[in-house]
Amino acid sequence: MRYLPLTPNDRQDMLATIGANSIDELFVDVPEDARLDGPIRDLPMHAGEMAVEAHMKKLAKNNSAAGDMPFFLGAGAYRHHVPASVDHIIQRGEFLTAYTPYQPEIAQGTLQTLFEFQTQVARLFGVDVANASMYDGSTACWEAIVMARRITKRGKAVLSSGLHPHYVSVAKTMARFTKDQLVSEAPTLEAATDGADLLDQIDDDTSCVVVQYPDILGRIGDMSALAEKAHSHKALLIAVVTEPVALGAIKSPGQMGADIVVGEGQSLGVGLQFGGPYVGLFGCKQKYVRQMPGRLCGETMDSEGKRGFVLTLSTREQHIRREKATSNICTNSGLCALAFTAHMTLLGEKGLRELAMLNHKKAVVAADRLASIDGVSLLNESFFNEFTLVLDKDTRPIVRKLADQKILAGVSLGRLYPEEGALAHGLIVAVTETSSDEDVEALATALEGELA
Amino acid sequence: MNMLTEGRPTKQDENLAVPDQGALKTHTGNRALMVDEPLIFETGSPDRSGVDLPEAPSVESRLGGLDRDEPISIPGLSEAEMVRHYTRLSRQNYAIDVGLFPLGSCTMKHNPRLNEKMARLKGFSDIHPLQPVDSVQGALGLIDELATWLKTLTGMPAVAMSPKAGAHGELCGILAIRSALEARGDAREVILVPESAHGTNPATAAFAGYKVEDIPANADGRVDLDALKARLGPDVAGVMITNPNTCGLFEPDMKAISDAVHDAGGLVYCDGANFNAIVGRVRPGDLGIDAMHINLHKTFSTPHGGGGPGSGPVVFSEALAPFAPLPFVEKTEDGHFHLVEEETAEDHHESSFGRMVAFHGQMGMFTRALTYMLSHGADGLKQVSEDAVLNANYVLRSLEDVLDAPFAKSGPCMHEALFSDNGFTNGLTTLDLAKGLIDEGYHPMTMYFPLVVHGAMLVEPTETESRAAIDQFIGALRSVAERAKAGDELLKSAPHFAPRRRLDETQAARKPILVWQEPEEYAEAAE
Repeated sequence: MRYLPLTPNDRQDMLATIGANSIDELFVDVPEDARLDGPIRDLPMHAGEMAVEAHMKKLAKNNSAAGDMPFFLGAGAYRHHVPASVDHIIQRGEFLTAYTPYQPEIAQGTLQTLFEFQTQVARLFGVDVANASMYDGSTACWEAIVMARRITKRGKAVLSSGLHPHYVSVAKTMARFTKDQLVSEAPTLEAATDGADLLDQIDDDTSCVVVQYPDILGRIGDMSALAEKAHSHKALLIAVVTEPVALGAIKSPGQMGADIVVGEGQSLGVGLQFGGPYVGLFGCKQKYVRQMPGRLCGETMDSEGKRGFVLTLSTREQHIRREKATSNICTNSGLCALAFTAHMTLLGEKGLRELAMLNHKKAVVAADRLASIDGVSLLNESFFNEFTLVLDKDTRPIVRKLADQKILAGVSLGRLYPEEGALAHGLIVAVTETSSDEDVEALATALEGELA
Repeated sequence: MNMLTEGRPTKQDENLAVPDQGALKTHTGNRALMVDEPLIFETGSPDRSGVDLPEAPSVESRLGGLDRDEPISIPGLSEAEMVRHYTRLSRQNYAIDVGLFPLGSCTMKHNPRLNEKMARLKGFSDIHPLQPVDSVQGALGLIDELATWLKTLTGMPAVAMSPKAGAHGELCGILAIRSALEARGDAREVILVPESAHGTNPATAAFAGYKVEDIPANADGRVDLDALKARLGPDVAGVMITNPNTCGLFEPDMKAISDAVHDAGGLVYCDGANFNAIVGRVRPGDLGIDAMHINLHKTFSTPHGGGGPGSGPVVFSEALAPFAPLPFVEKTEDGHFHLVEEETAEDHHESSFGRMVAFHGQMGMFTRALTYMLSHGADGLKQVSEDAVLNANYVLRSLEDVLDAPFAKSGPCMHEALFSDNGFTNGLTTLDLAKGLIDEGYHPMTMYFPLVVHGAMLVEPTETESRAAIDQFIGALRSVAERAKAGDELLKSAPHFAPRRRLDETQAARKPILVWQEPEEYAEAAE
């Protein structure tokens, strides 16, 4: 077995050193009736690389890979080109096979990278500080709501109807157990975001208002008035960004007054991967830093006066505070954070702005082409690289049918909101730098065929 | 004269005319391969980029008047610089690829490269989580196949695949327990946790809205069964137990514990962090537990990545299976894979406690873990736990004469060996020993955990270390332990040879600097 170095002789010698006659003697504490005498039944025996690879390839082939066909899905996960050097860096064994940097003297590589990551995220979001990452955007969003409860000592969170429905579901699952109160509605098919409606929901019991930017339907709304209203009631504005590339083109949430900004970092460096692992982004104003969940990397000096980095403020965390910790989170998404940072470092501000405008303008062109089809209208007045089309029929069967024709058309609102009949005609379409003009034309032609 | 294991002779010539290392300075401050690397904020520029993009179509933007009008101030590097920057940084990291990584309860085993190759097949890496299910049958099939392995290896009837990491899996298990109790109208408020538990256990119970109470350990390092029984009652929702426990010992009373908890109307959560000790040899389902998370990044070799991403599927007993979170995969009779999520859950699974994460979990880790399982097979996995336990006992018996092993007399350990700082002199601590081990070329063991042992050192060699590698490690640890007992002052300032000396963590926490600031901002802060 290629991963196991011990030989039968080694095992005999080592048992002799231990003073045991057999391996079984080492399992003496396991009750006899719970000890298995042979390999577990109903599972295959060991296999070589070639056999395993053949098995896995067979599974992989039974999926429609996005790169092999016109592809327009978004709704919280976006297909961007990841430069080859990013994957090379994350496969460096010194990053890939390192542990959490609890021994900073021999983990400066991971730590300095996290410090760069935190700085990039904070600047992108327009906030003072960011942590070393969370599991993903949806869990980061719930953690932000809990953090707002800790800060304001209030239990009512107002969620925008434009918040990703999975993020809402995660918050609802958790709130049922923690007894937090959530105010939440499904979106309506209108060009404007629900910002104006949300203003009326904020009162003196409100801990936070949670707004996705751009929202699930792709709309971009100014959050400044919400921030002002929230602050006048001593509540917080939490902004949620599921497409960080957008912030190369539009104002940062921090600039509009957001107190906590969370997001999904998958777009940069990470790839689609059927939904995970992704990387949760989490930033906030400096004054709230001690209420943050998750790992934080900070700068310090070593005993010779050289700059170095360490994990810090760990008195917030579970391994010190146990049941009084700010969260039970124990890992971050280290390798995905490295991928994010390596990709962002390749882009720089110049590249990020160019990438963002490329996405946006390709999306503008695509939106107009698709909206020119009879039976299709464009919901959005504003959008980044994702917009909502309203068709004259239920989009779910169309999406499935087009997938059979090897066109991945977008995400039907019916799948995301099965209980909202009014949304069944909605289709979210994302256009990135990876979508070609031919891809857009193929989608348009296929839609024309379906709607004719 | 010593012999290196390769058989080449080596010796340190004490008369060799080499200047004192401390007195020898280089112009750059670097020492050959040990090269300091500035931050990207000090070398990069917002005008520089390592990507070439096509020109955007010339159309008016429709950003709602919210065009970014402030600088982003994120510097860029060319590809050549970016690759060198992170390659240089990588060389300041210790990693499994670099050497034995004896972190107790972390299972730092070799990460096979076939796993990485398989995870990058475009049929897994380049598929979107919301594609129509007919276009991702292979991915759903993979999840189902991995689920079957996990259920079979644990002897449990159901598994939730979506939890993102071990602590997230704990949360999943506790939410299922709470849902099951609520479903029978039983609002219990307390979760019992052994005092030796990992910190995530009490934090998870609290995060799910429970009160947490400790259960004491007995003199053998195990759960005190009598104390546990005395505390059980109508207010106790359940217990969270780690087995094998954090002292590296199997809980021989596990079945009795489960029975007692069940008799009192509670449920049993088992922390599966230490599953590597028993995988393929013992099925937790035979011990009466109701839920257990499995760290794919420990037992099933997915990489730790410098602190994640992890993956923490949770297996469930019949009692908890109906409450498992959405989404999950079901196989229909015609061999089609069906994804049960919001859209499709209304007919059945109405008792699911809901969604705890966007999308379907850590697919990239599922591909790696399944690749590993197929490589080892049922026979190989049994060998994994046997070799892991053998290596740990070998370490325990090879060092118990020099390091105090508080539970060694009570019998063999499982996959990790526990030592204490008993016998260190001159104020030397476990931390000092750990830093001394860094100078010897090793990552230290887990320190000061579990809390029930003074100055604890928890050593987990794993099964992927050769006997020669373990012998070398034992030699290094023996030497440092002897120095700690002899009161060697130099240990207090170790490490001496790492890229950094000891770092000032107090200063870091007192005035946290969490993002890079322009030099003038630093200057202002100092005033």
